[in-house]
Amino acid sequence: MSKQQTVPMMVNQIKQISLPTLNQFLTATALPIVGIVIFLGLWSLMAKNIDTSLGKFPGPTAVWQQSIVLVDEHNMQRDKAGKFYERQQQRNAARLVKDPNYIVTIKDFTGAPTFFEQIWTSLYTVMVGFMVASLLAIPIGILCGLSKNAYTAINPLIQLFKPVSPLAWLPLVTMVVSAVYVSNEPIFSKSFITSAVTVALCCLWPTLINTAVGVSSIDKDLLNVSKVLRLNGWSHVTKIVLPSSIPAIFTGLRLSLGIGWMVLIAAEMLAQNPGLGKFVWDEFQNGSSQSLARIMVAVLTIGVIGFALDRLMLALQRKFSWDKSAVLL
Amino acid sequence: MANIKLLSSLKLAVQSLRVGVIATVMSVSIASISTITTGVSAQELGWPEKEELKIGFIKLTDMAPLAVAYEKGYFEEEGLYVTLEAQANWKVLLDRVIDGQLDGAHMLAGQPLGATIGYGTKADIITAFSMDLNGNAITVSNEIWKEMKKHVPHEGGRPVHPISADSLKPVVDDFKSKGKPFKMGMVFPVSTHNYELRYWLAAGGIHPGFYAPHKGDTSGQINADALLSVTPPPQMPSTMEAGTIHGYCVGEPWNQQAVFKGIGVPVVTDYEIWKNNPEKVFGVSKGWAESYPNTHIRMVKAMIRAAMWLDENNNANRPEAVKILSKSQYVGADYEVIANSMTGTFEYEKGDKRDVPDFNVFFRYNATYPFYSDAIWYLTQMRRWGQISEPKADSWYKNIAKQVYRPDIYAQAAKALIAEGKAKAADFPEFATETGFKPAQTHFIDNIVYDGSTPNAYLEKFAIGLKNDSEI
Repeated sequence: MSKQQTVPMMVNQIKQISLPTLNQFLTATALPIVGIVIFLGLWSLMAKNIDTSLGKFPGPTAVWQQSIVLVDEHNMQRDKAGKFYERQQQRNAARLVKDPNYIVTIKDFTGAPTFFEQIWTSLYTVMVGFMVASLLAIPIGILCGLSKNAYTAINPLIQLFKPVSPLAWLPLVTMVVSAVYVSNEPIFSKSFITSAVTVALCCLWPTLINTAVGVSSIDKDLLNVSKVLRLNGWSHVTKIVLPSSIPAIFTGLRLSLGIGWMVLIAAEMLAQNPGLGKFVWDEFQNGSSQSLARIMVAVLTIGVIGFALDRLMLALQRKFSWDKSAVLL
Repeated sequence: MANIKLLSSLKLAVQSLRVGVIATVMSVSIASISTITTGVSAQELGWPEKEELKIGFIKLTDMAPLAVAYEKGYFEEEGLYVTLEAQANWKVLLDRVIDGQLDGAHMLAGQPLGATIGYGTKADIITAFSMDLNGNAITVSNEIWKEMKKHVPHEGGRPVHPISADSLKPVVDDFKSKGKPFKMGMVFPVSTHNYELRYWLAAGGIHPGFYAPHKGDTSGQINADALLSVTPPPQMPSTMEAGTIHGYCVGEPWNQQAVFKGIGVPVVTDYEIWKNNPEKVFGVSKGWAESYPNTHIRMVKAMIRAAMWLDENNNANRPEAVKILSKSQYVGADYEVIANSMTGTFEYEKGDKRDVPDFNVFFRYNATYPFYSDAIWYLTQMRRWGQISEPKADSWYKNIAKQVYRPDIYAQAAKALIAEGKAKAADFPEFATETGFKPAQTHFIDNIVYDGSTPNAYLEKFAIGLKNDSEI
């Protein structure tokens, strides 16, 4: 067939194909850029006209400068850390001479965490909280989806606790963690546990509900197949229930992670636990002329990370979902 | 060097021989070696029991001894690896010291005392180091200052300082007659700021209100002309800007911040209310101090050195200190704002910058020594305003002061520094004869004389406030 095509025909075909794709490409990349440019323009215009008691509201340039300062500060802190460990080695050696029974341990750097270390703390915390919540929510969700009785029993609790802001839990979580989590050589710090538990509390519900809905709406045909094959409970769950409710579970997970990230920042601010929230709060308290710009850097970072987390979950959802025809955005 | 050689040969011997009897012989000889090495520097302080410490502070310039001891390496020279961590407010800070999340903290002088007598949270907190003298001021909002200024005596176009609360009284009376509440902020119920603000107001005939904890009333607003409430220091300027309070008493840089932001005017410093009044202390829980005595002494040593550095050569190091403090992990305010009060000046009304060389005192006048009489002054004020609801004997005041203030630990630290040649004996009080009671102090804004040895007689001198046998 193709051999018989003339060149003009081919060109024509290419045009037919490429024009719409080119258009799509333009709309997909150019429009967001236009949006961002307009946003930046409006932002710098507005910023110039807002006078706070800490000076002008930071515009894009001020924020860009501060993000560079934050990188510099990070590098400086790394330098200091290096020197800290050097000094420590010398001191340990000197002490060993005087006190041979001394058991040398390497003490962690005592300097303040930099912006990037705070980002890492937040990411790590949200992931742990999210994992814990998912490990709880998916099995309970499956149970609720499979058994009407279990669902009826648990449903009131879900409805009662779902709308509670996890921040309302925070004081209780803090007190319980400090009362229960007592050890002389803790592996995790209390503040980390508090933040992670708070995140877990709010990541629970979307996953739980979506899993339950997904499991309870499995195609009747598939259930019949399971019956005909006389699959036992375990095989029924692993071979029929889980694969067919994966899209729903992932929808829940995506929602959970998004909420978890938002809540974590607020929890860190409120509880003064290490992380990006603490960074924002500390800067607010400092009230220096650079504070607002630095907070703005954090705000944008939080946004970018939230977006990246969402994309990550979307990619996972696409990979695991059997229903490739479903449009996932 | 000979010791090292000996030691390594000993270690070899231990490795090759496993007989118990010989092992005991070894330990004896190791002990004798260590006495030889310690013999070189007599009475040397023991190694710290705990090397990694977390110390809390509030973003105020008077946390400087901690920041300086860290940045100048004084902590490390004592073998201490200290992490300094800013805390949200004084209550969180105290709770974390009590539950052990913090090893110690920059505290309000009233906090160890309040905790020990059970006002607020009950816990045994002690202090062996007083962090500074003075450093606070009272700021009012622009609109209050406009009214107040009419009643302030002027000389050569400038207000005459110190400004007493007499000039604020007409403003408060006006608020009262219109049925509007006159509100002011302070940082904590047992804070120096609360007592200083109360002292200043009462000296001008404005009643700051009583506490009645035995009736469950801890608002401190019974019979009050001016309603005082708690706001964390860094939030003072923004709270006043929002109109929630009309003025506040707080440490630096939050008064100078109001000048820079143009939202208020500092009217009086605490130096003028009570010259060289004790301010923050370094507090630790009693249990912690008993478990880690050497660590505690070494902490105090490092902080004494930092305080000396801060006051050295007539405040010569202050600009460098301000640079340290303006880092975002410490106080974090702009250099200019912190420098305004830390370098020996104080700006009242915008442009009205005056010399107050002793606005922040860290070491001079034995600022770091924990005097019993300082503790007793705070206790008298707790009694005056009803936080201590029952009359107490003079002996009670002295006992509490001796429980909480620990000059014995301070003396050990100071002597170690003297032995190491890092300080001179003349820098400190004469430890053998020091009673811990300052002679009667006269420099109060209302000219009332304070003698720490007779607290009840002192309370009798005030027109406003509870006295020996009065109760609410």
